[in-house]
Amino acid sequence: MFEKVLLKNAEKPDAYGIKAYEAAGGYQALAKVVREFSPDGLIELVKDSNLRGRGGAGFPTGVKWSFVPKDSDKPTYLCCNADESEPGTFKDRVIMEGDPHMMLEGMALASYAIGAEVAYLYIRGEYVLCIERLQAALDEAYGKGYLGRDILGSGFNLDIHMHVGAGAYICGEETAMLESIEGRRGEPKLKPPFPAVAGLYECPTVINNTETLACLPHIVTRGAEWFRGIGPEKSPGPKLYCLSGHVQKPGVYELPMGISLRELVDDHAGGARPGRKIKAVIPGGVSAPMIPESGLDVTMDFESLTAIDTMLGSAGVIVLDDGDCIVRAAKNINEFFHEESCGKCTPCREGLDWTDKILHRIEAGEGKEGDLEQLDFLCGSIFGNSFCALGDGAAWALKAAITQFRDEFVEHVEQGRCPYH
Amino acid sequence: MELKNSIEEAAKRYPNPRSAIMPALFLAQKEHGFLSGETLKEVAGILDVPEIWVYEVSTFYGMFHTEPIGKFHIKICTNLSCQLLGAESLLAHLEKSLGVEAGGTTPDGMFTLATAECLGACEGAPMMQVNDGYFHMNLTPAGIDEILDGLLKEAAE
Repeated sequence: MFEKVLLKNAEKPDAYGIKAYEAAGGYQALAKVVREFSPDGLIELVKDSNLRGRGGAGFPTGVKWSFVPKDSDKPTYLCCNADESEPGTFKDRVIMEGDPHMMLEGMALASYAIGAEVAYLYIRGEYVLCIERLQAALDEAYGKGYLGRDILGSGFNLDIHMHVGAGAYICGEETAMLESIEGRRGEPKLKPPFPAVAGLYECPTVINNTETLACLPHIVTRGAEWFRGIGPEKSPGPKLYCLSGHVQKPGVYELPMGISLRELVDDHAGGARPGRKIKAVIPGGVSAPMIPESGLDVTMDFESLTAIDTMLGSAGVIVLDDGDCIVRAAKNINEFFHEESCGKCTPCREGLDWTDKILHRIEAGEGKEGDLEQLDFLCGSIFGNSFCALGDGAAWALKAAITQFRDEFVEHVEQGRCPYH
Repeated sequence: MELKNSIEEAAKRYPNPRSAIMPALFLAQKEHGFLSGETLKEVAGILDVPEIWVYEVSTFYGMFHTEPIGKFHIKICTNLSCQLLGAESLLAHLEKSLGVEAGGTTPDGMFTLATAECLGACEGAPMMQVNDGYFHMNLTPAGIDEILDGLLKEAAE
């Protein structure tokens, strides 16, 4: 029986205050680390746990930390990426609303490991309740000496500042996020240099996702071996999955990495609505290519999903059933990327405008011969030709819809109408 | 004077004043309702940064308003999870109830209606947010009517 870790407190009512957190063993990991671990020792522990980033890319967290130069004369920064904005994703919100101290303790641990004395918590501005709870949690943590100067008498100093985003999906991309904290438009920058070497204010910087940071106190308390023992060897640990769309019990579910998508959707989230059958599932937010029903036996981990040309991404699982029109869904997803493209790179900016027009036309029953080939061509032109992953995700998701459900697109064009609406 | 103080306080969190442009714009918008050219100048003056830096940030981010908006800014999510559960018909319901199309403001300046990109509450789709309030989730036409009535009562008080 899998025991919940990340949602254990968050699912209790009113457990977001420091008293409840401490009563559940909160901040013991921080106390242990400042007493017993060197920063390098903590990096080794997290490497050993094989914790991989929960923001979407799945990069090993300990390895990312080890890229920070040891001999830099500049300050090092930690940034928490709490700019959760990928449609279908709401797991970080649940952590921050229900158990904000867990993430703050994770930020303190990560900062200790990389030698940061200042950390920025980049949270999207629309998450009003999260911001309130985090501000209260910060005040409490400072009051108890878990943040600030000489933390728990160890000589370790850390200030955490909130930087509130202002409505831009692109700022979840790490270089755009750094631009935003520096007070600029959130436009991604070319890598290298990587943030670990020249990030915020040209200083060494690590950016970690909320859920990644929330795993850290548990790894310290229960050990790397315990963490590695949950789920598949290459993608271990507990995982938050967000279920939404046409599924009976939408919500955030904490389960091991590597659970089958079918089990997740059918057994945990109640499956399709009565009288309906599942047609397709998006496994990791709308930039992750959709999987037809026949592919639902795939397991939810980085390797398995990559192997079938999609991705775990943000684990935002969106379910579409046989009453849902794939063309309409593809149009909706493309509209999002079209709206949120920052406009810096031509293939993404202009290409998504073009795909948007064609998809609107097809869904409205005004599709023309050659439109599908044009979409194929545009997907190929956008993919791989921009600074960041926004255009890639948009093109990848659209290409999968056109390829796997080509008949539906053809039907729209041939019949001159949407068969569903 | 109070705005100046709170902006200067926010600027202490960063090693340079440019980083404080976003928090400063939030504070200025709260004070003035929207960000006029005058307000952008004022913010640039307080932070002692070029006006263009403030202007370019104000026009990039969706939560900053460089034009006046209604007393109640209604943002209804129309992204995939909400769309699947009927966001489009709820948007039409809002448009009909308020007598404005998405993007518009009622003539009395009471409501601005906008579509929003995913607000991260898909388990409660369809959903919307009013101003910087908590999320309204699992919306129905009747639920929306109740919310609108509540807002009108609030405005009358």
